[in-house]
Amino acid sequence: MLDNNRTKNIFLSGVGGQGTILVSNLLGQVLLNAGYDVKKAEVHGMAQRGGSVTTHFRFGRNVYSPLIKQGEVDYLVSFELLEGLRYLNWLRPEGKVILNNHRILPPSVGLGDAEYPKDVEQTFRKFFKENVWVVGGREIAKSIGSIQVANVVILGAFSNFFPELNPEQWTESIKALLPARLHEINILAFNEGRAAIAI
Amino acid sequence: MKRILQGNEAIARGAWEAGVVVGCAYPGTPSSEIMAELSEYKEVYTEWSPNEKVALEVGHGASLAGGRAIVCMKHVGLNIAADPLMTISYTGVRGGLVIVVADDPGQHSSQNEQDSRHWTRFGKIPMLEPADGQECKDFTGLAFDISERFDTPVLVRSETRVSHCDSPVELQERKESMMPKGLDRKEIPKYVMVPMYARARRVFVEERMAKLASYADEEFPYNKIEINDPSLGFISSGVSYLYTKEIFPQYSFMKLGMAWPLPKKLIADFFKQVKKVIVVEELDPLFETEIRAMGYKIRHGKDLIPAIGELTPAIIEQFLSKAVTGKRIKPAKPRFKTEELPARPPNMCAGCSHRPLFYALKKLRLFVFGDIGCYALAVSPPLSAMHASTCMGAGVGGAYGAGKVLGEEGRGKICAVLGDSTFLHAGTGPLMDAVYNGGYSTTIILDNRITAMTGQQEHPGTGFTIKGDPAEAVDYEQLARALGVKHVRMVDPYNIKETIDVIREEANRDAASVIITQNSPCMLLRRSSPRARFQHPFYEVDQDMCLGCRQCLEINCPAISYRAGKGITKSGRKRKGSAVINGDQCAGCGVCAQICEFEGIVAQPG
Repeated sequence: MLDNNRTKNIFLSGVGGQGTILVSNLLGQVLLNAGYDVKKAEVHGMAQRGGSVTTHFRFGRNVYSPLIKQGEVDYLVSFELLEGLRYLNWLRPEGKVILNNHRILPPSVGLGDAEYPKDVEQTFRKFFKENVWVVGGREIAKSIGSIQVANVVILGAFSNFFPELNPEQWTESIKALLPARLHEINILAFNEGRAAIAI
Repeated sequence: MKRILQGNEAIARGAWEAGVVVGCAYPGTPSSEIMAELSEYKEVYTEWSPNEKVALEVGHGASLAGGRAIVCMKHVGLNIAADPLMTISYTGVRGGLVIVVADDPGQHSSQNEQDSRHWTRFGKIPMLEPADGQECKDFTGLAFDISERFDTPVLVRSETRVSHCDSPVELQERKESMMPKGLDRKEIPKYVMVPMYARARRVFVEERMAKLASYADEEFPYNKIEINDPSLGFISSGVSYLYTKEIFPQYSFMKLGMAWPLPKKLIADFFKQVKKVIVVEELDPLFETEIRAMGYKIRHGKDLIPAIGELTPAIIEQFLSKAVTGKRIKPAKPRFKTEELPARPPNMCAGCSHRPLFYALKKLRLFVFGDIGCYALAVSPPLSAMHASTCMGAGVGGAYGAGKVLGEEGRGKICAVLGDSTFLHAGTGPLMDAVYNGGYSTTIILDNRITAMTGQQEHPGTGFTIKGDPAEAVDYEQLARALGVKHVRMVDPYNIKETIDVIREEANRDAASVIITQNSPCMLLRRSSPRARFQHPFYEVDQDMCLGCRQCLEINCPAISYRAGKGITKSGRKRKGSAVINGDQCAGCGVCAQICEFEGIVAQPG
């Protein structure tokens, strides 16, 4: 993953309450254990009430800034389609996109004053061709009995982009950061997500 | 052992390792996690104080008794605590006293973006400025030593991108402080700030700052000079340093770990070693102004770098590239127009008790003096039901003051609205004023049993301490009556008709009144089982009845949306579209069903 020692940039986006912070915490733990320097930045507080939420996540040998520059994102991981599209311009031309196939209507759409963007996947494909992966995070989570773990399904799918890390390293982090009663369902969610896409 | 810690967790850890025994705070983004985290350590007494002034006074008392104390707040909290702060600068401390203030450049969650570094010069108090998690921990620990050695409170300034940034931190064990516990009755001239003693301490303060200036130059380990390419040097601090280092790593740097007092000799040294200097600081030009006043030529600073909003690596690159490399960097042309995408502003939760209350205020067409909390979200359309909001408690005084101008004309047209935590923070003073000086304003306390916006912190009205132990709970009704309010009413905000009637009656009254919402806990407060009070698990739109009139959309509930499409009701009326309720999101509060005039919204058995 870490070619030519360049710091890698991951941008996570979603809607407040979707569990993006847990995912960024798990990611941080795994990469720290693997020996990387890690910095991540997110805004808490007001935005959590159903608003757009984002995490800047950077790792490498020695990371200075916690914030990513627009246009330098290597991986855009979005938990909601519109919230992915909103940050399309943050990607590098060769950047990769992982989308949770889930729509949450923002208020203006709910009120009928605006339209939810059509064909989000197609828009991404126009610019990023085969570097776009769509995961049915919500459906997978539902099928294993808990829509709460859709976030970890997406993390499982994203884990495919770290070939140097084995599944145990990921599940160890899940065990380290979550209470015991949630281990089984989250590890299952992770594994289902990991199997959901091929890269 | 290294662990990834949020900046705020690292500050708490640093305080714990330094042997802190007392921690006090009022929550405020981005500072809230510090005290929440510190409360997990069993060796430390921690509390949510009613406000920041109280927090600092409690911390100061702990310090006088020989304990190390930490007091935390957001930038606007330090305005509240400024009164004790300015005089604690004179009395100094016994046990180390560290005050953490977290700024919010860019105003992610704040009503202004004041630069707290000004307090350090103004208050003659040293200030440390960490840039990442490791520095948060290290600087906090060192701040206690500086405090005790120089007999001074020490400010640690964080900000959103430091407090809410996670990075690896090396952990150490706790060391207890050597300071003996106890109070000394012979130290009257040091701690009693009557003029005769305070004048003597005024002299001490200047002497102390001179000593701290030498310390900043000669001993403080975190004012660092890094000489690389000497043709250009940057002077910076905190996260601005990290951004600049990211963009221009090849040049020389002076990183100030102490924002005040400035290390004059090191600065002289740096100017000797580099050819030209650019000062990079977020918000106000504090370093730039001071260093210019020392007689140095600064090539660039706020002439190029924006003084408004937060800095980012992209901003540093955009505004400094021409001056640094001779080449202007233009932001890349966006591939895709994102400005036209529908925005997603934060909203009140489905089922929130604020929603029907503000709907009632809107129907009554009142001018609403609001306050700081989740309910400020009522300003967003389509509710648009808040018309002034300044700071904690300000709405109560504002509503009363407006009445003094409008007189009879204003009756029935004004009210103040604030939360339970906010009322205890700063609402009792202005309410007392309204009663004492004959105002007629109505103050509505939205009692959701918790400090909600900042993430569920306890306060003196919840009945629990920060550690979750049972505590006395303020009785708002008795408190209001004790202040002299004759008309105190309880209201169930989920009953819209009753709520409208009560507010109308009280707002028209020729005397100060208080309305307190009841049985209206925050939807995120699990221990109150907020959904248990609702009779039905969720509601649905009866598509045979819905006329598509959009009345139910006025409350801006995240569960309700509008679906365009011609149709016809059972009674044969044509419609252009209809409302839809998302059963996953509906909390079952039934507010929309009360608003619908066509029996179009019906309860579901679940």
